[in-house]
Amino acid sequence: MKMHTINFTINGRKESLKVSSNLTLLHMIRENLALTGTKNGCEAGECGACTVLLNGEPVNSCMVLAVECDRAEIMTVEGLTENGELARLQESFKNLNAVQCGFCTPGMLITAYELLQRNPHPTPSEIKEALVGNLCRCTGYERIIQAVEQASGE
Amino acid sequence: MNNPLPRLPEFEYIRLETIEKAAQFLKDHPGEAAPYLGGTDLFVGLRDRRKQPKYLVDLKHLEGLNSLTFDPAKGLTIGARVTLNQLIDHRDVQKNYPILCQAAKQVGGYQLRNRATLCGNICNASPCGDTIGPSMVYQGSVNIFGPDGTRSLPLEDFFLGPGKVALVDGEIVHSITLPLPPEGSQGMYLCHGRNKLSDLAIAAVSVLAYPDLTSASGFRFRIALSAVAPTVVIVEEAQVLLSENPIEPSHFEKAAHIARQSCKPIDDIRSSAEYRRELVYTLTSRALNQVWDSLQSV
Repeated sequence: MKMHTINFTINGRKESLKVSSNLTLLHMIRENLALTGTKNGCEAGECGACTVLLNGEPVNSCMVLAVECDRAEIMTVEGLTENGELARLQESFKNLNAVQCGFCTPGMLITAYELLQRNPHPTPSEIKEALVGNLCRCTGYERIIQAVEQASGE
Repeated sequence: MNNPLPRLPEFEYIRLETIEKAAQFLKDHPGEAAPYLGGTDLFVGLRDRRKQPKYLVDLKHLEGLNSLTFDPAKGLTIGARVTLNQLIDHRDVQKNYPILCQAAKQVGGYQLRNRATLCGNICNASPCGDTIGPSMVYQGSVNIFGPDGTRSLPLEDFFLGPGKVALVDGEIVHSITLPLPPEGSQGMYLCHGRNKLSDLAIAAVSVLAYPDLTSASGFRFRIALSAVAPTVVIVEEAQVLLSENPIEPSHFEKAAHIARQSCKPIDDIRSSAEYRRELVYTLTSRALNQVWDSLQSV
């Protein structure tokens, strides 16, 4: 299989990789770059555990080819912290116990982070709508919605 | 042990500079090359090995495919690469094609809609594709580029069966056109799935109605049923009933009854055929009554 060279920025860091045609963005992030915060849930674009920002937009990284990310800007959950400090959104998740098993949390954080970028003060129903593509099997969602609300209120 | 989450099979990623070259490549590799837009259906098919193309021909970067233009005379033209979120966020779409917006919001989650396209939803030709019914009641057509030139085809002639459309090897749908809806039109998309948003439809109904002085009732109705037959069903008989007779509330129940008779649903993991038939009746009746109320209140 032909290899393609791609150059991109991830969490502000420049990278260059040789990737095969069928490598997904998800596997590139987890296996080639060892950024294991991004989770592999369903590989069908349904659960949202693999959500990352691609050029500022949240996408299911299991549904994107790595080869398409030449010259792209990617942000994963690892990119939310600054100098080792948790972002406000992460603090809210922690304070409100919006995390149980934690598997969905990276995807939730990235989706919610982008929501707050385009809508700094969302209503609970706007939060619910934005998080439709992120499934959680533990929390019942209430704490997650409250955490996003709390982060938006400060 | 089989990997429960198989990786994508091997294929070559192809990115050509022009639509001419992409069309030629598709024509030269019949059955081996698949056009690639958002990939949100394609990847699922690749992973469970229902689809095994040797080549994925990316169309997303091609010139002109990213345009979304509204012209009050010609209507709306949606390039193949326009994502569902771009469509949902567009003011002219919200204002003039609200049923399409409602339906597009039913597709997956927000992050999926940043990749999924209207054109892909239509060309995938799933009977439950949310945007197909609304695009049909708006009397949309597909604009096709092929090695032998361009052509347009009304959507009602485009669908041949589940996953089957009237394209020949080398043809690419480069955009979809929806004419301007008739003056005073009201409509709605009613979809029933296992959850409120994001799941595939068990059954869905699209209704568009508008005043028309040339009809006996003074109105015309368009009704499309999704997920209840091999392709989306336009309920001609009910449309005629509602335009050729003065409107009485009981006619909406009659029209819903005709809709129930017109569909050919199957049993599958989401629902029984019988339940789908009942849903068609309920959703059609509800949509017609609500659209009628909106027409009266304008």
